[in-house]
Amino acid sequence: MEWITLSIDGRTVTVPKGTTVLEACRMNNIPIPTLCHDPELSNYGSCRMCIVEIEGMRNLPPSCVTQATQGMVVRTQTSKVRNARTTILELLVANHPLDCMTCQKMGDCALAEYAYEYRVTGEVFKGQRRELPLDDSNPFILRDPNKCILCGKCVRACEEIQGRSVLDFSFRGFNAQVGPAFNLPYSESECVFCGSCVSVCPVGALTEKKMVGQGRPWEVEKVQTTCPFCGTGCNFDLNVKDGKVIGVTSNPEAPVNGKALCVKGRFGMDLIHNSERLTTPLIKKDGEFVEATWDEAMDLVAQKLGEVKQEHGADAIAVLSSARCTNEENFLMQKLARAVIGTNNIDHCART
Amino acid sequence: MKTLLDPCCDRCTHTPETPCRDYVRCLTEGPICHDDPACKAEKQRLLKEIKPNEENQQIFVCTGTGCASCGAHNIVDSLNEEINHQGLANTVNVVPTGCHGFCEQGPTLIIEPRQILYTLVKPDDVAEIVQKEFVEGERVERLLYVDPLTNQPATTFANANFFAKQTRVVLNNCGFINPEKIEDYIARDGYKGLTNALQKMTPVEVIDEVKKSGLRGRGGAGFPTGLKWSFCRQAIGDKKYIICNADEGDPGAFMDRGVLEGDPHAVIEGMLIGAYAIGADEGYVYCRAEYPLAIKHLEIAIRQAEEVGLLGDNILNSGFNFHLFIRAGAGAFVCGEETALIASIEGKRGMPKVRPPFPAQSGLWGKPTNNNNVETWANVPHILRNGADRYAQFGTEKSKGTKIFALTGKVNNTGLAEVPMGMTLRDIIFDIGGGIQNGKKFKAVQIGGPSGGCLPDEMLDLQVDYDTLTKAGAMVGSGGLVVMDETTCMVDIARFFLNFSQSESCGKCTPCREGTKRMWEILDKITKGEGREEDLDTLEQLARVVKETSLCGLGQNAPNPVLSALKYFRHEFEAHIRDKNCPAHVCSALLTYRIDPDKCKKCGLCAKSCPAGCITGDKKTPYEIDATACIKCGTCAKVCKFGAVLRE
Amino acid sequence: MTFGSGAMTNSINEIPDSKVLLIIGSNPTEAHPIIGTKMKQAVARGAKVVAVDPRRTEMADVADVWLRLRPGTDIALINGIMNIILANGWEDKKFIAERTEGFDQLREQVAKFPPEVVSKITGVPVDQLIEAARIYATAESAQIFYTLGITEHIYGTDNVMILADLSMLTGNVGKVNSGVNPLRGQNNVQGACDMGALPDVLPGYQKVTSPTVRAKFEAAWDVPIKSEPGLMLPDMLEAALSHEVRAMYVMGEDPVLTDADVNHVREALETLDFLVVQNIFLSETAKLADVVLPAGSFAEKDGTFTNTERRVQRVNKAIEPIGHARADWKIICDLATRMGYPFAYASPADVMQEIASLTPQYAGITFERLGRKGLQWPVPDAEHPGTKFLHEGKFARGKGLFMAIEYQVPDEPPDEEYPLLLSTGRRLSHYNISTRYSEALDSYAPEELAELNPEDAERLGIKDGERVKVASRRGALETKIRVTDRVLPGMLWMSFHYKESPANVLTNAASDKVTKTYEYKVCGVKVSKLI
Repeated sequence: MEWITLSIDGRTVTVPKGTTVLEACRMNNIPIPTLCHDPELSNYGSCRMCIVEIEGMRNLPPSCVTQATQGMVVRTQTSKVRNARTTILELLVANHPLDCMTCQKMGDCALAEYAYEYRVTGEVFKGQRRELPLDDSNPFILRDPNKCILCGKCVRACEEIQGRSVLDFSFRGFNAQVGPAFNLPYSESECVFCGSCVSVCPVGALTEKKMVGQGRPWEVEKVQTTCPFCGTGCNFDLNVKDGKVIGVTSNPEAPVNGKALCVKGRFGMDLIHNSERLTTPLIKKDGEFVEATWDEAMDLVAQKLGEVKQEHGADAIAVLSSARCTNEENFLMQKLARAVIGTNNIDHCART
Repeated sequence: MKTLLDPCCDRCTHTPETPCRDYVRCLTEGPICHDDPACKAEKQRLLKEIKPNEENQQIFVCTGTGCASCGAHNIVDSLNEEINHQGLANTVNVVPTGCHGFCEQGPTLIIEPRQILYTLVKPDDVAEIVQKEFVEGERVERLLYVDPLTNQPATTFANANFFAKQTRVVLNNCGFINPEKIEDYIARDGYKGLTNALQKMTPVEVIDEVKKSGLRGRGGAGFPTGLKWSFCRQAIGDKKYIICNADEGDPGAFMDRGVLEGDPHAVIEGMLIGAYAIGADEGYVYCRAEYPLAIKHLEIAIRQAEEVGLLGDNILNSGFNFHLFIRAGAGAFVCGEETALIASIEGKRGMPKVRPPFPAQSGLWGKPTNNNNVETWANVPHILRNGADRYAQFGTEKSKGTKIFALTGKVNNTGLAEVPMGMTLRDIIFDIGGGIQNGKKFKAVQIGGPSGGCLPDEMLDLQVDYDTLTKAGAMVGSGGLVVMDETTCMVDIARFFLNFSQSESCGKCTPCREGTKRMWEILDKITKGEGREEDLDTLEQLARVVKETSLCGLGQNAPNPVLSALKYFRHEFEAHIRDKNCPAHVCSALLTYRIDPDKCKKCGLCAKSCPAGCITGDKKTPYEIDATACIKCGTCAKVCKFGAVLRE
Repeated sequence: MTFGSGAMTNSINEIPDSKVLLIIGSNPTEAHPIIGTKMKQAVARGAKVVAVDPRRTEMADVADVWLRLRPGTDIALINGIMNIILANGWEDKKFIAERTEGFDQLREQVAKFPPEVVSKITGVPVDQLIEAARIYATAESAQIFYTLGITEHIYGTDNVMILADLSMLTGNVGKVNSGVNPLRGQNNVQGACDMGALPDVLPGYQKVTSPTVRAKFEAAWDVPIKSEPGLMLPDMLEAALSHEVRAMYVMGEDPVLTDADVNHVREALETLDFLVVQNIFLSETAKLADVVLPAGSFAEKDGTFTNTERRVQRVNKAIEPIGHARADWKIICDLATRMGYPFAYASPADVMQEIASLTPQYAGITFERLGRKGLQWPVPDAEHPGTKFLHEGKFARGKGLFMAIEYQVPDEPPDEEYPLLLSTGRRLSHYNISTRYSEALDSYAPEELAELNPEDAERLGIKDGERVKVASRRGALETKIRVTDRVLPGMLWMSFHYKESPANVLTNAASDKVTKTYEYKVCGVKVSKLI
């Protein structure tokens, strides 16, 4: 690999050839604010937050799309750079609702984070703000175009991760928007609700509808786990608050799927708390189920299986394990059949 | 009837399928493959039919978009009718042409070979013109052009200052050929540049020749064309494309339209030469759909070139293939930016992309692509026909050749003018443009469209070339010159251009999308008299951020009109803010209407017309406006026959 | 079988860099959406796609060639493609010579399938067959993906083997981006098989018939192990009807909704003396039980799942079980203990320790090592990094064995009485039957929409959105109809997600001779208007 050396804020750093200035900064723990950049997506260069000063270049080049070159001299925190970033943030905040106290994204909002860092209040440019209708047309995703900062991450996620290109920009200038073709609501578009757009949105423009009002980011514990549906084996984070799963968020570390998920994995986990869940053992008496204690139920099962084994032999018992359960449970189940009951009558619905 | 394009005899075997390398030269100097005096005589006779001379006089009627909208087609019809009626059909020929450039005076017609120019022609004038010119051998004096500066009628078009001061290289054919006939183009040495390139030069030699000519991109940025071509030639790719950017979008710019309408084959020939030099076999002309006539003429020209084997496979038996297609743009200004243009050709939303990769590496459909604008392409045939040295004799040291400008605004001669690089603004505006309308005072010229700057009168002696103008905070741009007089408010003009840039912003990058909006809002406030002292600093600072951080040229240059206006006309901004006064009396919120009692004839018309009913007076008392109720609509000033209503 | 092991040979994250994808009997963008998106990423990067499906799936739409074969004619089709490959000399002679055996028999068999004959059987035009053969065989690398469209036939095993033949014939196996990949339907069907939840094998596919295998497990568990394979599920049901099986313990599954010919299943379960069902919901099967045990959902327990690319990944407990529910593993341990054989595992991690000690493929796996990224088996020892793709250099069984496969017809093709061919599958918005319990998903896709070709709809006078009755020899149901040319004329397609329109009352319980997989993909039905 070819290496190059450049100077960033007076530090000499060495990075592989082909590295962008932004990557070079991040590799060396030099913070650069970004709103439209995502390592899983193509470089877009639209938010202009990552601008830096580079000797010999005119204007303020965006570091995310500028290749680092040998001997380059980069400055990331000059007053010119910081003033420009402040102005860009002022522009974004001037056209962004300031209802942060009720916004689902509060605590996890990139715009709020940078506004805080750069002390931006939205007071500098007071003028027209968008007043666009919410898209509340479907059970999964809530879209507030007024909060959109047009970073285009959702557009790229839809095209590059999901291969669907449901989302794109429309209109021009101040009226520019992101949404499905012809400004249709999500429900009438070709959207399959994989939610990749939600997973990349840096602000509160796209949120998981079912999670609205359920918990703040700092109250939520995230537990990485494996999806219980198809055989792909996607990983995601269960969001837990007060002993309740309130929803699912992508985990970029997921080995198979990265940030991508499908509609079932991302939005189907409310089944965990479905009111029809069985919560107590049941024993059928006179054709009706009656609630029982675990001891009653387990004693009955052990006794009945024991009787059948006694009277008809172990092979009169059959055990159906489950492709929905864990490896450990399947192992124990076949061990139960073979070692405890004494039969090879063990199978599962392998074929559906 | 036989035309120049028909084979002279059976010995000629040229077809698109069996091409002959000498085809183009054969038409004008041939036959070449055999020596038959009869064939040669026949060819010369057909050539003569195309070129005007005493036995074959021609009336070139401008039917470009401007003149056509003033009824030029009626004039063509009337002329044909009258000529038939007079039995002159054998000696006089009516040729509908592209733009003569003299739009202010349209419809115009030029009679050759006598070089007579008639302006502001109406169908009613036709009979008299035919009678005088072709029967009596005299002039229709009243239709001759009178120069407003000298008050002398121009005896020939070359005598009119408007034409005399021009150097027409690219526009050489415009107005003097029928753009719907390829033979007209060939008769005036068309496709000889291509023939030279294919027969005598390697692609690298072609690029070297273009480099030597000093030609720079005419789209605005002025990048050296030969160098640009060499990047694309050196790029690795199994397929390469070339593009002609005909998405001319600056308000008040119509140079490219004029060229495409009037001389489409020049663009095709330029692209053919470029494709050969670069190694491309496919090209696109991206033309805005608002130019239907340009598209029509281009379509016809492509079809004709294909029919004679000048487009297609194995062109002139050189083994070189080139196919050309047209894509109509949907009216987005930003599609003039080349990455957005490429996205649009691909069927995507026209949004600029970050560079690198540059189109020369990865352009249309990910292949190496070279894009030049119409005027640049149209320059190329001249370089290859006459050589780089001859081309480079025009212009300055670093800006070679000529440039077409579109003169608009408060100038007398609205139209297209081609001048050598380095001419001063004063020469262009006052000599060619004929000065300011109605004897008013020159105030500023906006050069380079919404991306350019406003230059005041002290800059009038600037030489127009890429580097000088950039230094002055403006740019050559595509070549729009909007002339403003003392009745133009510079704040209002800045607001106008900001409105344009804002509504044409693609919305991709933050500074352009949001910044131009806030700049517009500040300017709007100032024109309404609501501006505050600190607004100018905010405006200027914001303008600099937008300029320095925007993604593409649209955003990077959008603040130029504001910055240049602030630089040269800051006092006007300050007058709006401090004195709540618009010095040019344009900004309605800052105007007061007053009736001069001395001039008032007490007719009462103003009071009758006033929609607010706020004018009082009677036959004895001069009328008076109640300023608190006045809605500043200006009706009173319009209806007053005595100029008694004053705008202050 | 042909290679000597049954699992996806390659890894999911190889897909975006594929050169050629042959997708047969699989609708990944709906049934395995993330794999579907990776395939579309491959297409965006220039991969060629050959789709084989009677139904116009999303991948069929983006495919370079879409072979719209008649349902159930896969064997003829693949034989025909191999015929074309040999006729054009596109086979990989070096690979065949060095790494396979049985080529001559294959060549003989394939000779019986010239393109014209195959075209007649499958309904696929000859030029499309040739184009598909060319794309697959001449690619630098090519992967096959199949799902239940291949296996859910009475000759499902043969279908699978012939795909293996095709891959070996062209040398497209045993390297990156080249292989034969079943996309397993359920989250842990791979793991359940790996763990020996099968009547003939102990964990790690170790045969119960092998004395050395038994000896190993007997030593570990300190009990004798039966040497005779047990009953597969369809046989269990038959045995229940004949009273040879008297009691059943069913964990997690709902055969009354998911097995073919469910009326028959219900009858069998009702005949039992004693039925225990352990589930998180009161499933249709649970309703028949004598005792129902409330289990914890995946969010309420620790453990591991093994995905279709053999990746063993952690399942982590996020919340306590709801109400009095308990994790399945705890219930099993409790039952074993009460039956006199104490299962004294403190945690699933302990169980994994025992799995690793007995299962060669899992030998190097511990919970700790799995971490956040998991490991792909085989992981033969504690240092082994896992295995991205199988059969590199050598097949599990040594040389790959070509199998000559004869063309067969489905058990119950449509006839005069039941003229439409019913095929079943999954839809994007649901997964089997459990996602119906997600309020969000169910409100989005609340009911069955059986797909019917416009030609048939017109003939039968059925309009889009109309409710109809569908009947087979085994049962009948009501469903809403969606008129679409996604299905061939003469075909009806349904999902099996909805208990209100339970497709499996219609399906045929005829099954594959080896795996006993039901023929869910073909049976005869008739559709009639509701009166």
